[in-house]
Amino acid sequence: MSTSVQSLPIVLSRLCKAYGSVKALDNVSLNIAAGEFLTLLGPSGSGKTTLLMALAGFVRPDYGSILFGDREMITTPPNKRGLGMVFQSYALFPFMTVAENIAYPLKIRGLSKSDQKMRTEHALDTVELDGYGDRRISQLSGGQRQRVALARAMVFEPQIILMDEPLSALDKKLREHMQIELKALHQKLDATVVYVTHDQREALTMSDRIAVVNHGRIEQVETPERLYRQPNSFFVADFIGESVSLPVEVSNKKAHLNGRVLKSDLPISEGHGGHRLVIRPELLEVILGEIPETANDFSGHVYDIIYQGDSILVIVQHESLGQINVRVPANRAGQKGLPSQGERIGLALHPEDTIIVPEHGS
Amino acid sequence: MSSAEDNTRARSLQNASTLKSEEYRERMTLFGLSLPAVLAILIVVFLPIFWLSSLSFYNAAGALSMENYERIFKSALYRRTFVVTFQISISVTVICVLLGYPLCYWLTKLSDRTAAILMVFVLVPFWTSVLVRTYAWLVLLQRNGIINSTLMSFGIIEEPLQLAHNLTGSIIGMVHIMLPFLILPLYATMRNIDTDLIRAAIGLGSSPRGAFWRVFFPMSLPGLFAGIVLVFILSLGFYVTPALLGGGRVQMLAQRIESTITVYSNWGAASALGVVLLLLALVMIWLMNRVFGLDKLFMR
Repeated sequence: MSTSVQSLPIVLSRLCKAYGSVKALDNVSLNIAAGEFLTLLGPSGSGKTTLLMALAGFVRPDYGSILFGDREMITTPPNKRGLGMVFQSYALFPFMTVAENIAYPLKIRGLSKSDQKMRTEHALDTVELDGYGDRRISQLSGGQRQRVALARAMVFEPQIILMDEPLSALDKKLREHMQIELKALHQKLDATVVYVTHDQREALTMSDRIAVVNHGRIEQVETPERLYRQPNSFFVADFIGESVSLPVEVSNKKAHLNGRVLKSDLPISEGHGGHRLVIRPELLEVILGEIPETANDFSGHVYDIIYQGDSILVIVQHESLGQINVRVPANRAGQKGLPSQGERIGLALHPEDTIIVPEHGS
Repeated sequence: MSSAEDNTRARSLQNASTLKSEEYRERMTLFGLSLPAVLAILIVVFLPIFWLSSLSFYNAAGALSMENYERIFKSALYRRTFVVTFQISISVTVICVLLGYPLCYWLTKLSDRTAAILMVFVLVPFWTSVLVRTYAWLVLLQRNGIINSTLMSFGIIEEPLQLAHNLTGSIIGMVHIMLPFLILPLYATMRNIDTDLIRAAIGLGSSPRGAFWRVFFPMSLPGLFAGIVLVFILSLGFYVTPALLGGGRVQMLAQRIESTITVYSNWGAASALGVVLLLLALVMIWLMNRVFGLDKLFMR
């Protein structure tokens, strides 16, 4: 094992896997760059875990190709793929100490006792658990177990690390802390990371790119910001972030809502079914005076005001479109001039924030 | 103002004593509920054991002596009984492990539904009377029983095998009866082993065989140990099957105790045998715990 690790790109082509009539993977193709942090994001049952398990070798696809670098892996057994893996349940061996758990992959690879010890200690150090080597797994908290699982997955310096919802068992505060730590660790490790989660916020926080998975297909692969601001289908727009959506008519590349043309700078993606306008509460602007000519007017009456600590959610009743939510910061600037319940509120949606998506992606 | 405060203080004091007495009453109710069982065990189990054990310290003339124990250690006949008892118990345990472990492992690989159906095949014989099953084996194993006649009709053997009325017959019958005692705790333990652990071991580079020996097997040991202890201890004191399938040629401890009472009416000697059997069983449990090092495994 060399000390300088080169991360590997992953190329998935035309992967298919059916369980009876259910297509868990439906012709999935995806390129993951060397050293990238890519997240597979999707609801439960979307096929994201099946895809990760196919990468790991625990699920045998029916068809397709998996390349690590230029090596075909689809027929390689999981123990020969050289992957680091972190499981949702952590999968730490309960009858071994922390150090024995971490040294496991080193022992399998036949490293000398002194090398095992040195690397284990280094790994413990990296996850800030130095001095915990002799503890039993049962003596650790959830967050500490998570770190041990992480240390065990990276101690043998794999070029690719797979993570299956590793933070989902932690409480919110610790989870958010670990997200930042994992991201920092990834930059230190120089390994390609494929991460599975159903938590869109977690995906946005950590990833270089996010692949949104639904019904065994990849809906969209994008950087977090582009995915959020320019979803290519209603599913992606709805799954990521909060939104209210309204059906719109599209003709001549222009969207019409209630017979009026919607001003939008964003391209309208190809797809089938009808189109929908996606309104994110934080993209609406509360306007105290006249709505500018350049923006779309969504003014209505305040139905309810909900204080949520970091922000204020205002539920606005629009006369013809129903309820629209707008979020304003809970600071003085946000609250200034905010109408009270029942009063008229001016809302503007600017063209660069006007997201129109097809009902179904192409 | 101060009178309201005094009121609250008085009420809190009153509440404290009410809460305390309620807690006491709850404890007493629980104790009262378990009292019949405690008394029953004391009267039906512990008193007779103490009384019977005490008999072993009196000789035939009714005087205190260690005569009964001396005889056990001096008489070749008794020594032989102990040797046979251990021989059979160890053989039965080993065969049960060899048959039961792969079976349980296979069951854990099946779907819940299939495994549940197959477990019925383990449980139905378990619920059938030992006597019935032993007689059934006698029918199968006897000189001109189904097994011998089948083997002979295929020309595999020329003379009937001596399968019943000896050690072989006793062991076959006992293995059949003891197998569920090994399977039940072992299967329960194996079923609870997280498959992610095996995947993790393989993902980290172990071959499937390596993952089995390094992870699955150690994690199945608590169940295996429980099964081994059950089978071994039950075998030590087993009576019906060796008595019937051994055909009088196999004398295990329980049979020796029975004949000592019914044939020789020597309660002291029988009692001494019982005491030695009990002590041996306890020593075996302690020894096995040491060998398997299970305190470490059970500590999660």
